[in-house]
Amino acid sequence: MATVFLSIPLRRYTSGESSAEVPGATLRALVRNLNERYPGIAESLVNPEDADRLMPGLAAIVDGEPTNMGLLTPLDADSEVHFIPAISGGAAVSNSEPGGGERCA
Amino acid sequence: MTTTADRPAQEFKVVGSRPIRHDGVDKVLGRAQYGADLKLPGLIHGAVLRSPYAHAVIKKVDVSRAEAAPGVFAAISGDDMPVTAPKMVDMVEEVTNLKWSSQRVMAHGKAVYRGHPVAAVAAVDQNTALEALKLIEVEYEPLQAVISLEDAMKPDAVIIHDDLVGDHLGEKVSPTNVAEHTRTEFGDPEAAFAEAAHVLERTYTIARAHQGYIEPHSSTAFWSPDDKLTVWTTTQAPFGVRSNVATVLKLPLSDVRVVPMEIGGGFGGKIGLYMEPLAAMLSRKSGRPVKMTMDRKSVFDATGPGPGGQVTAKIGVDKDGKIVAATADIRYMAGAYPGSSISAATAGIFACYKVPNVRIDAYDVVINMSKTAAYRAPGTPQATFASESLISELCEQIGMDPMEFHLLNAAEEGTRRPDGPVFPRIGNVACMEAIKGSDHFKSDLGESSDGKLRGRGLATGYWNGGGNRSSVTISVNDDGVVSLVEGNPDIGGTRTTIAMQAAEVFGLPAHDVHPTVVDTDSVGYNDLTAGSRTTYASGQAAIEAAKQVVEEIKKRMAMIWETEPENVEFEDSVFQNKVAPDQRLTFKEAAGKLGQTGGPVSKTGTVNVRGSGGGSFAAHLVDVEVDPETGKVQILRYTAAQDAGKAVHPSYVEGQFQGGAAQGIGWALNEEYYTSPDGVMQNSSFLDYRMPTALDLPMIDAIVVEVPNTNHPFGVRGIGETSIVPPAPAVGNAIADAIGTRLYQTPMNPSRIMEALANKRNGQNGH
Repeated sequence: MATVFLSIPLRRYTSGESSAEVPGATLRALVRNLNERYPGIAESLVNPEDADRLMPGLAAIVDGEPTNMGLLTPLDADSEVHFIPAISGGAAVSNSEPGGGERCA
Repeated sequence: MTTTADRPAQEFKVVGSRPIRHDGVDKVLGRAQYGADLKLPGLIHGAVLRSPYAHAVIKKVDVSRAEAAPGVFAAISGDDMPVTAPKMVDMVEEVTNLKWSSQRVMAHGKAVYRGHPVAAVAAVDQNTALEALKLIEVEYEPLQAVISLEDAMKPDAVIIHDDLVGDHLGEKVSPTNVAEHTRTEFGDPEAAFAEAAHVLERTYTIARAHQGYIEPHSSTAFWSPDDKLTVWTTTQAPFGVRSNVATVLKLPLSDVRVVPMEIGGGFGGKIGLYMEPLAAMLSRKSGRPVKMTMDRKSVFDATGPGPGGQVTAKIGVDKDGKIVAATADIRYMAGAYPGSSISAATAGIFACYKVPNVRIDAYDVVINMSKTAAYRAPGTPQATFASESLISELCEQIGMDPMEFHLLNAAEEGTRRPDGPVFPRIGNVACMEAIKGSDHFKSDLGESSDGKLRGRGLATGYWNGGGNRSSVTISVNDDGVVSLVEGNPDIGGTRTTIAMQAAEVFGLPAHDVHPTVVDTDSVGYNDLTAGSRTTYASGQAAIEAAKQVVEEIKKRMAMIWETEPENVEFEDSVFQNKVAPDQRLTFKEAAGKLGQTGGPVSKTGTVNVRGSGGGSFAAHLVDVEVDPETGKVQILRYTAAQDAGKAVHPSYVEGQFQGGAAQGIGWALNEEYYTSPDGVMQNSSFLDYRMPTALDLPMIDAIVVEVPNTNHPFGVRGIGETSIVPPAPAVGNAIADAIGTRLYQTPMNPSRIMEALANKRNGQNGH
């Protein structure tokens, strides 16, 4: 089983556990299994607009290197997985403005 | 000078040589086309009206008088720009929210930094455009500017963005100016500190410093009547510009074509959008191609320097000097919008060491200054100034030689990086050993004859770099010369280093591979020229394309020799029939027979390279001389050792080491934004923003260390960025060695050194 290291923000789903042994042949399967064990954690890991991709702004490090296939990344039985912020920050914005996202001119 | 820590099994013919760069003649003769050189039929010129306030509500913008002026073709304000929905995009060295990017290029209702575009015009010439700006009426309501960490983070802070939702350790927080607070933690630092033989904690302040590229930003756009948009721009990321312009202007991706011009320096500062959407909207209104070029003041006011900030670092060691724990609190000022590379700072701050217990908190804080941008190893030089200065001072206190401390504690293969991942094979120790074996290290510092004070400083540094996506197309010409098409703007000679890797596969001289950088419609997708990825990743695409070409020509030769393709082998640029060894043709001879065996041979190599193979480490050694009468620091001698994996073109590698060191020395000694309390930069020219010149520096000795990267067929590592990481602490440590007291703030300019000397005389230290 792969070992997943859980960053501080993710530990609110894990009662403070900092790592977990989780099965999964791909990162997506691992996240699915992780979410079964810790319900809700996938909401912080998976792009809500594309279930094959990680949450924007998040990077997955598998066996020491960043993934380049997102959640489709294959895992070995003894893989080590970290979810860490991508290289630069960039906070969310609320989308409450009238006509948000629509062309105004 | 090259030192090979562990020689790869391969022998190279082209890789490792020093051919003249393919684009050298064009650049020497002034024929290379940079952004501002572009001339098009019907071209008109744009200019931007920028906010004089760092923070103000824009109550009204009226461009009608400007638009009606003689010679003016179009004028726009924020009301003309599409509203962009929040969307996070990853551009390798920058993750950004396109809503912020859109607002940054043109203010929408509020100006949040001095120089924020408020309106723009396009006119028959530049002077007419500049005059027309004076006819634009803007009504501002100035607000209190937030330009310091302290003001931005205090409980009753003036809020810059009402709609910013901070992520504080996973909790959503609003209102706030702290866009992000992250923490990484392993082990139990407090318990380890409690048992440590020696613990030291210090706080460091780092000034924001601009990339200082010689070429200002320049963008030209033509919005054709069929709603196809072409953008010619000086950028490190043509495909990123394409997708971001398309999103911001709500165009289909494939209706935008981006033509990357030659680039006169970028260093990470030419990744994001600046004037491209403005030129496009002006073109749409006027029906003409519109060119916009920044002046230097606009570059300083309105484009991204590297972030400044404050770093508090703490380290504990056992009685032998072995690190038992380290913590850091990193606070960076992102500028007017979030995103200041705090995650890279977290990865880099203690990366050169084995640290069994660690905790790193990092804060990304918005202030009313221009949004920071990636700057060569983004976020890492600032944090490393803290960690390497701290370690130098610790060594003083425990009486341990810094070189021995580094070697005792150096990260190596299998070491867990402080933010989690485990290092593969890396060159950290090899770089230290290279410095230890250098003439410089063995030399005597000597004494000044005129009362000046001499000191020597050592520091290390790390940058991970990236891989990602690249596409290269190779076509074989009848004369055996090869055309290579790639999509990465050339920085630091990447045309040549990519071409050399293909030439290595073919066994051809580098100049028989002709590289061309093309637009986004003419080559497959390429991630940007940044992240130390271009030679490393696009080189692999070139190798892949070249291997496909060889396999195709083997089939063609098999046809001619009436044998099976597997009987054809290719070695030393010769195809040979293994069954009938007399049947052999050189690559060039074979190329002449392609037409009759199935037509032209053209192949595309595409890669999505995972990771960097552990990144590149560096160690720098510097000797300085300080004038105690004036505080001036002279760099006497400087040696930079860095792991290149395998240097494709050693002269370019040495140039990257030297260039990064020069920029880092500027951070250390001179460069900073002098800002008034209301957020206005006071030194926005190269006369007053003092960067080092050739007259200020000695020749920087470069030692190329080669610990092969197992992720690359030739062992190559990305090397463009690490060299800016060690200089500031190395210089600071040398100054401390010279004057007997330490500075905790960059730049360490003459006034601060005089202050430090005065404090020393008064029995005070600087922390």
